[in-house]
Amino acid sequence: MSRKNKIIVVVLLLLCVLLVAAPLFALRGASFGGSDDAGSVKVAEITGEEYEPWFTPVFEQLLGGELPGEVESMLFCVQTGIGVGVIAFFLGRFVERKKQEAIREKEHKQ
Amino acid sequence: MTQKQRKLVRLTACAALMCSALPMAGAMHIMEGFLPPSMCILWGVIALPFLLAGYFSLKRTVAHDRRSITLIAMAGAFIFVISSLKIPSVTGSCSHMTGTGLGAILFGPSAVSILGVIVLLFQAILLAHGGLTTLGANTFSMAIAGPFVSYGIYKLCHKLKVNKLVSVFLAAALGDLLTYCVTSVQLAVAYPSATGGVLGSVIEFLGVFAPTQLPLAVVEGVLTVIIVIALESYARPELRAIGFEEA
Repeated sequence: MSRKNKIIVVVLLLLCVLLVAAPLFALRGASFGGSDDAGSVKVAEITGEEYEPWFTPVFEQLLGGELPGEVESMLFCVQTGIGVGVIAFFLGRFVERKKQEAIREKEHKQ
Repeated sequence: MTQKQRKLVRLTACAALMCSALPMAGAMHIMEGFLPPSMCILWGVIALPFLLAGYFSLKRTVAHDRRSITLIAMAGAFIFVISSLKIPSVTGSCSHMTGTGLGAILFGPSAVSILGVIVLLFQAILLAHGGLTTLGANTFSMAIAGPFVSYGIYKLCHKLKVNKLVSVFLAAALGDLLTYCVTSVQLAVAYPSATGGVLGSVIEFLGVFAPTQLPLAVVEGVLTVIIVIALESYARPELRAIGFEEA
């Protein structure tokens, strides 16, 4: 990776952290619920009554109740983990491959 | 695409058109059971031709060069990561990004519909996030409408000779934003407001989703740019294999 690109990446990553962290500090005490839930509140507002979903998630049916919050965050982590694992594995291979190619080229020249 | 495949896609597209023409005043992740059954089916049928086209497009990409599987896996994994992160936003509520922009830029919009539907299934079944009944509607907004816009914007920027990283950013960010606009419309069609009708409802829902999503769209754009920089630095042969234009 060129030096210029390295600087761009670091700056962009910092920007992401800032964007994500800023609301937390700017809006102290906000509940930060999901906007999907906010959407369903809106549905209730518009129709004037609490909407009764006509189908409950399969997993919750099997459990006979709502998914515990901690387990839900665990499953979200599993999702992130799978994704990061795949990306990191392949990217790691690519980076190493480029390194090896550079070494081989150097040996070739000597 | 072979003749037969093309025929199949066209056939389902016709079916979708017919369904949407029916006078069903029909609707990001819409929650399980939150759309009337008729609309669940409608969106499912509309999503079907795109999924088929996506399947064939992926198959062709892999047949063309088997090495592209790694990039397909990475684009899919990117959606997995990005859509699992719930991020606080300026409105005091949380939302998450879609991550579909990267795949759309690399493999074209229809291929992403397959990757997106995998993620949506994972979330619908295990996380009670989104739902099986609303899968069609969510697929349409996140895995079809968003990626198509991303792809369109990227191609447009390419034509206008915009800097490549800038066009990647714009494509990913606007595709993300549009996903939530489509969701607003889907919900509004299902729940027209008593006073303002469907349009009034659209504005209501946009009011919930758009401000929340705006900063997240920027984050998504930035992250997509980062991963594109990484790929361009280390995965040149793979990018060339799938015909991704060099900077």
